[in-house]
This record gives sequence, C-alpha cells and structure tokens, in this order.
Amino acid sequence: MSVDWTHFTPWTSLAGGMLIGLAAAMLVLLNGRVAGISGIVGGLLVPRRGDIGWRLAFVGGLLVAPAAMAFYSVNPRIDAGFATLALAGLLVGAGTSYGSGCTSGHGVCGISRLSPRSLVATAVFMLAGMATVFLWRQLA
Amino acid sequence: MSALGAFLAGLVFGLGLILSGMTDPGKVIGFLDLTGNWDPSLAFVMGGAVQVGFLAFAIARRRTRNFLGGAMRVPDRRDIDARLVGGSAVFGIGWGLAGFCPGPALVSFGSGQDKAAVFVAAMLLGMLVYTIAERTRRTSAAA
Repeated sequence: MSVDWTHFTPWTSLAGGMLIGLAAAMLVLLNGRVAGISGIVGGLLVPRRGDIGWRLAFVGGLLVAPAAMAFYSVNPRIDAGFATLALAGLLVGAGTSYGSGCTSGHGVCGISRLSPRSLVATAVFMLAGMATVFLWRQLA
Repeated sequence: MSALGAFLAGLVFGLGLILSGMTDPGKVIGFLDLTGNWDPSLAFVMGGAVQVGFLAFAIARRRTRNFLGGAMRVPDRRDIDARLVGGSAVFGIGWGLAGFCPGPALVSFGSGQDKAAVFVAAMLLGMLVYTIAERTRRTSAAA
C-alpha cells in the first residue's frame, strides 16, 4: 500500500465532512428525519400524502448545490463507461433499497447514532467496494 | 417552514459533498483502492461528518418533537438480517464499479454531467424494481 499524496486532501475533506454532518443535524433537528439520500429518494417512488414536500425540497437542495458552489471547480475523474455506470446505478439502487440505506443514512447518520445495523451495513459496503475495486484492478 | 429547512439541509449536504471531494468518483475509488495508490481523504470526510452528527443525534435522542414541533422519525430497528447484509454488499459492488453513491451522483447530475444522469436513471430503476418486487411479494403473501 502507498498513499496517493497528489490527491490526498485532508483539510477540505474534513471541512466538507463537517458540512455533511451539519446538514444531517439540520434535517434531524428541524424535520425529525435521518439524512439518508437513498431513503429520501426511494420514498418518492412510493409517495404518501404529507410525506413528499420535504423529500423534494431536500433533493432540490442537492441539485442546486453545484450552482451555489460554481466558484469551486472540481474536475471529476469518471473512468467508468456508460454501460458500467448503468450497471453500477442498478446495483446501487436495488442494494440500498434492500439494505435500507447508503453512505449517508448508514455511514454518516447511522454511525453517529451508533446503530448496530448501520455499523454492520457500513462495514459490508466498504469491504464490498474495496473488493470490487481490487478485482477490477486485476482485470484491467 | 419544514420544506425550507429540508431544502437548506439538502443544499448544505451538497456543498459538503463537493468540498469534501465526494463528487469526484476517482477520489472515491482511490479510497477503496487499499492495495493500490491509496487516497485516505474519505476517512476524513466520514470523521468530520460523524463528529458533528454525533452531537446532533445526542440532542435528537433527548427530544420527542423536532424544533419545528413535528414528530421525530429516527429509525429504531436493531436486527441484523440477510436483507441488510446482502443489500449493502450489492450496494458496495455498485459503488466500487462507478465511484458514485446516491448523494454525489445526484449532485453531479445537478451540475449537468451526462454520465451522472445515466447513473441516476439506473439507480431510480433499481429502486423501482425493489418497490415492484416488494409489492408483488406482499400481494402473494396476503393471497
């Protein structure tokens, strides 16, 4: 193992992480909800009366974030092709639905509340992600 | 009022994802690439988020109503079942393939990237497949 010092960004990553934590704090204290993106989006596919507005508003906030931060340029490295992205999207959509959460709901909020389910889920998706990248590197 | 709060929470969440580097799939894959050229940044994202989140949920735990007077709907399940483990494993595979998880994918879609749009469309389809499969399962169980 070697550390990728070129791309390592401890300070902006820490600050960005704290903003994510602040957002989770806002949502739980103002709306009584856990900031789990997959759950918030998934709930829009089975809409229930009185439970749609806050979900749309939250997703709207996510979508306008790049415009609000246009001064901060990010050059995303998206190596995956369209077919891989489509397959990955399907797996992420179905997997987070069955697993009741993703990096935000389980990873951030769940670990913050020391939920045993979220600790297990986070360990599993981290290990599965690492194994996938490892195997992908062997094939490439 | 609660919709405005949710919008601001989504906005701050998105800003955090951009600043932290999570909207760069290469950076996410760099973190998952333990045996390669490892980028530890994502551990700092998690660390920062959990520090603040820990305080927030400590406050939330002591409340029966949120600050706007509405109900608290924090999950309370504690059981670890095959769906949790299997679903999380499938999610992890997809995450490792693309370097996108749901939040950063939506933010990248918001910045107009066609690759993120494909990922988001497929993700919604995956969620829809689950919704339909669950509905079918419940209907056949009830019959």
